[in-house]
Amino acid sequence: MSSLSGNVWLSGFSNWTARIGMFLKFAKNFNWGRFSVISVPYLWLAIFFFIPFLVVFKISLSESAIAVPPYSDLLDFNLEEAYLNIKLNLGNYIYLWEDSFYLDAYLSSIKIAFFSTIFTLIVAFPIAYLIARSDQKYRGILLALVILPFWTSFLLRVYAWVGLLKKQGLVNEVLMSLGIINEPLTMLQTDFAVYIGIVYTYLPFMILPLYSALEKMDISLLEAAEDLGARPIQSFFMVTIPLAMPGIIAGCMLVFIPAVGEYVIPALLGGSDTLMIGRVLWDEFSLNRDWPMASAVATVMLVFLVLPIMLVRNKSGKDEAL
Amino acid sequence: MSAPELKSTITGVANPVNTELPLWKQPDATPFVRIENITKKFDDFTAVDNVSLNIYKKELFCLLGGSGSGKSTLLRMLAGFENPTSGRIIIDGVDMQGIQPWNRPVNMMFQSYALFPHLSVADNVAFGLRRQGANKHDVKKRVAEMLDMVQLGHLGKRKPHQLSGGQRQRVALARSLVKRPKLLLLDEPLGALDKKLREETQFEIMNIQEDLGVTFVVVTHDQEEAMTLATRIGVMNQGLIVQTDEPHDVYEYPNSRFVAEFIGSVNMLEGFVTEDNVDSVRIDSKEAGCTLFVAHGISCAPQQRVHVALRPEKIKMTRIKPTQDENCMKGEIVEIAYMGSLSVFRIRLQSGKEIRVTQPNFARDMGERFTWNEQVFLSWDVDSSVVLTA
Repeated sequence: MSSLSGNVWLSGFSNWTARIGMFLKFAKNFNWGRFSVISVPYLWLAIFFFIPFLVVFKISLSESAIAVPPYSDLLDFNLEEAYLNIKLNLGNYIYLWEDSFYLDAYLSSIKIAFFSTIFTLIVAFPIAYLIARSDQKYRGILLALVILPFWTSFLLRVYAWVGLLKKQGLVNEVLMSLGIINEPLTMLQTDFAVYIGIVYTYLPFMILPLYSALEKMDISLLEAAEDLGARPIQSFFMVTIPLAMPGIIAGCMLVFIPAVGEYVIPALLGGSDTLMIGRVLWDEFSLNRDWPMASAVATVMLVFLVLPIMLVRNKSGKDEAL
Repeated sequence: MSAPELKSTITGVANPVNTELPLWKQPDATPFVRIENITKKFDDFTAVDNVSLNIYKKELFCLLGGSGSGKSTLLRMLAGFENPTSGRIIIDGVDMQGIQPWNRPVNMMFQSYALFPHLSVADNVAFGLRRQGANKHDVKKRVAEMLDMVQLGHLGKRKPHQLSGGQRQRVALARSLVKRPKLLLLDEPLGALDKKLREETQFEIMNIQEDLGVTFVVVTHDQEEAMTLATRIGVMNQGLIVQTDEPHDVYEYPNSRFVAEFIGSVNMLEGFVTEDNVDSVRIDSKEAGCTLFVAHGISCAPQQRVHVALRPEKIKMTRIKPTQDENCMKGEIVEIAYMGSLSVFRIRLQSGKEIRVTQPNFARDMGERFTWNEQVFLSWDVDSSVVLTA
């Protein structure tokens, strides 16, 4: 009996020593330098993205209240009567679903972001192609020109478009003096102006990834395609486009995602009928002072955006593994 | 006397009965590819300078030259990627002027292979057929045929980056042959392979070429590659074709110092012509320290300065002075390199000139070996050397 328990004890002991030994070995072999390097961006993401998101998510489950801050607590802890009351308000989400205004705003944002992404791609592709095929010594200058607008404030550049597009603006005046139109066109405060603003603002984000994809492409691949009987237009669609695909996907993501939540451009250039979720969010937050509702809008927007990205990432990851 | 005459005087004597001459030796044969006075200029640099060349059906023609010799530019003009500044190219009777690459009966195997990285091996090979609008069944069958030919039938589904260098090379070959081109252009086809693989692939390319009967034009800077592959070699230098001949003749009868030195290693002895007969030349050479006697005539002025080219393997090295006075030099061994199949010696003559001699290692133990600082005599036959005026 005693020997048995002794054995159990011993085996338990040796088991533990083995575990400690394994842990020490792991700790010794563990690459702390690598870990600390990788952990910095993760820590950054956790502090400045994930935790704020949890806060927003928490607020979205509370009720609006006239208080500071203007929402109710989720937890109600009463020490005297010894109860903890967790109150999750799903009303905001149900309201989002029931009031077609929000759904319309989401769909309209996605529509505007989608088409402006396509327009940006169409404008950016030839530019990126030209830079990638230009002489090595000019490429740096051309790329610098693409990035140059970032040196001025984004707000200022959008305001500049107001000056260009308004009734007495430069565009109208030039067109009228050339005799192309007789009376000024209404361009400002239309969806057209929003498209212009988004395409203009996000163009560099499309050009740069496209350039890096096209620049890597071996010219002899195009020659090989032509040699095998493909006309230039065929080699473009069968060789250049597929090889530029990583750049196209990256560029489209970089334009589409911020464009969905864009607030400044529709606010300055769009009309009252330009419905975008960024403006709805702002109105809920500052005009209605309904923080829980605004948080619910933000949470749903994030889900809308993150899901497709995860799908794309998952797919491209698999492609690389193949 | 010009180069071809020169050869006939030496080889023509014991010429065996030739059943059928190769096309390029038949005076009335029609060339398959005619390159007529082609010049290509990039700005003020002349890459190809007034080159004319005939290539015959089923030939495996090698353009051999160093970098910047214009060989690749010439190949790219055949493919249609570059337009000649002047001159014309006729392939199978059709003037290629203005015909775009995608309409030429020509395919090219690129130096980098240029396999489409986003397509599988089978799709790479099928690319050309699909552009022709061939039906699915035919494409599948033909692709399988070609992949079997290059022994890659089992790898059709792989992507190019999953293949080894040798496999990629074979995919590129299959892709360039799948459309049954009349003319196949190969740009440094073996350049990216290691030595062992290169030797195997050389023979594979030769077999495929013989089986399919396609005319090949190969560009290479590797003289060994050119020697083994080619039916004829065109040696290029500074945009010019300096010699066009069969590999044997290019090696044995180079027409200039450039060719002699570019192909294989060679000793050059400088001297003055003292006696110029119809079928022999006597040359006085201070460098050699003896009179050089060459058993072929040259056309030259008396007392002209010439070079005598002597291949290292044609020199006999002895300790005892040979009976002949001509073509016999005396020197001291300054360096020995044992290469396994042969040994290379460097011998310093009394004039200070250094001569390279190679000797095959016939036996494992060759009695008393030559050693450093030994005094030796170098001699050779009267028809072993070539006089070069250019």
